Amino acid sequence: MTLTIWIDLIYLLAAVAFIVALKGLSSPKQARNGNLLAAGAAIVAVGATFFNPEAQFSSHTTNLILAIVAMVLGAVIAVPVARMVKMTAMPQLVAIFNGVGGGAAALISITVFLQHSDSAAKPAVYTIAEVLLGLLIGCVSFSGSAIAFAKLQELMTGRPITYPAQQVINGLVGVAIVALALATLLTGSVTLMVITAVLSLVLGIIFVLPIGGADVPVLISLLNSFTGLAVAASGFTLDNNLLIIAGTLVGASGILLTRMMSKAMGRSLSNVLFSAFGSVVTAAGGADGTGETRQVKTGTPEDIGVLLAYARKVVIIPGYGLAVAQAQHTARELADLLMERGVEVFYAIHPVAGRMPGHMNVLLAEANVPYDELKEMDEANPEMATADVALVVGANDTVNPAAKNTPGSPIYGMPIINADEAEHVIFLKRSMRPGFAGIDNELLFNEKTTLLFGDAKDTLAKLVAGVQEA
Amino acid sequence: MSTTGILEFLTIFILAIFVGNEVVARVPSILHTPLMSGSNAIHGIVLVGAMIIMGTATGTAQIILGFFAVLLATLNIVGGFTVTDRMLEMFKSKPGDGPPRGGSKSKSADAEGGAK
Repeated sequence: MTLTIWIDLIYLLAAVAFIVALKGLSSPKQARNGNLLAAGAAIVAVGATFFNPEAQFSSHTTNLILAIVAMVLGAVIAVPVARMVKMTAMPQLVAIFNGVGGGAAALISITVFLQHSDSAAKPAVYTIAEVLLGLLIGCVSFSGSAIAFAKLQELMTGRPITYPAQQVINGLVGVAIVALALATLLTGSVTLMVITAVLSLVLGIIFVLPIGGADVPVLISLLNSFTGLAVAASGFTLDNNLLIIAGTLVGASGILLTRMMSKAMGRSLSNVLFSAFGSVVTAAGGADGTGETRQVKTGTPEDIGVLLAYARKVVIIPGYGLAVAQAQHTARELADLLMERGVEVFYAIHPVAGRMPGHMNVLLAEANVPYDELKEMDEANPEMATADVALVVGANDTVNPAAKNTPGSPIYGMPIINADEAEHVIFLKRSMRPGFAGIDNELLFNEKTTLLFGDAKDTLAKLVAGVQEA
Repeated sequence: MSTTGILEFLTIFILAIFVGNEVVARVPSILHTPLMSGSNAIHGIVLVGAMIIMGTATGTAQIILGFFAVLLATLNIVGGFTVTDRMLEMFKSKPGDGPPRGGSKSKSADAEGGAK
């Protein structure tokens, strides 16, 4: 008996540590300590579970060995993957780790359901309801995260996939799941439970299909919140306070975080989830064919090197192109060189630059760019009109003036960095291909804009040489 | 579980919703990604549930399900914390420079000095 109390106390302490850790993760100074605290608490809680009488490990040695094997296997896979994956692939990695968490919650629900259906005693209605809730949410999170991963990893198209009456069909699948879950609840049928699970997996897939690549990070945040709720449901099933508290914390904070992210893109969450953002545009862009026929001005690295070297104020606007080219170090080299010459340089960071909010900050921090040279959009925009050069490195949608002055545009209303207000705009781009949102950028055709085509890292290196010679 | 039992759990659940909302109320956008990743790791604590299920599993089907539940949950918790730490590690200017600096001016000046 006393052992149970000790273990419950350890679980309580772990829950408190998670709350403190989450608070720490919300402030730049405490973030890393917060994460380490949470990891430590998790290790202690998992260690204590080996001695938890509820787990019955003392009398089930085979189960104990299998559990250890599964844990070792999981750790052996997870650590190298998490350590070695490129920083640019971070969003899809988070999606996968989130998905497997949802999958674990769903498997717990299935197992508990089987245990109840094996036992003679009929469980209370709410017990089965909790099981089904965990199953449903866990399955949606699992398959949804898998599709989100495929979109970000470019295993499938990042464009929204739409079909006629999409929302109606998706809604009907949702209704069917609720009906099946109720039938499972009343009958206790294993077959019905399995069908409910399969249909929930389908719902996760069709829910994610119409969401465009640029919006997937917001979606991952939402799925993260879902997994939290699935874990909380597992906590109800297993009468475990730690799972309820940890799962609910993530569920509640995740929904808030999701809303903050969509707000940073200037859109509502329902707009992100249900508007198949970007699908209309593709058609429009194709119809105009503007990219092919209209004139753009290109320059040489030497010319632009001179322009930069004799500028007073240069604003670097990094985007995903900088990240994929791994050009953050070269960008910093260029910035340092310009600063040595007395040019005022700062980086203007759009909230959704890169592929997730804050992603660009992580990449620039990796290149040791000092924190105070990074300015968030609201801080940077008032200074854009006084900048001599706006150097756009691999960004596109986040500087597209259509967001301000083309009401029909799908990105209309999204806050942008006002690169168009600078005296000169330099675009470093791989090609004339439109950005992630799939729309043309008027700024490319503006007369004060000069384009430099090529890989961001190569082009930046040439600019460094250009500035050195100037 | 008795009816009072479920009420107790519901109470905890509802209070945790408020706490969850409160703790992340003012997070700067630069930390959105690490926060998402960190909370992703926290729900990996589902591993505790998976272990309990594995321990009580009887019969081949349950044992296989339990095994995969533990495996998936371990991937979530271990991968989640590792990747979050790697992200946050990048906020440091140089090794041993202490935790990443926030808005305070003096600290930022240190960062600049440290980076050059």
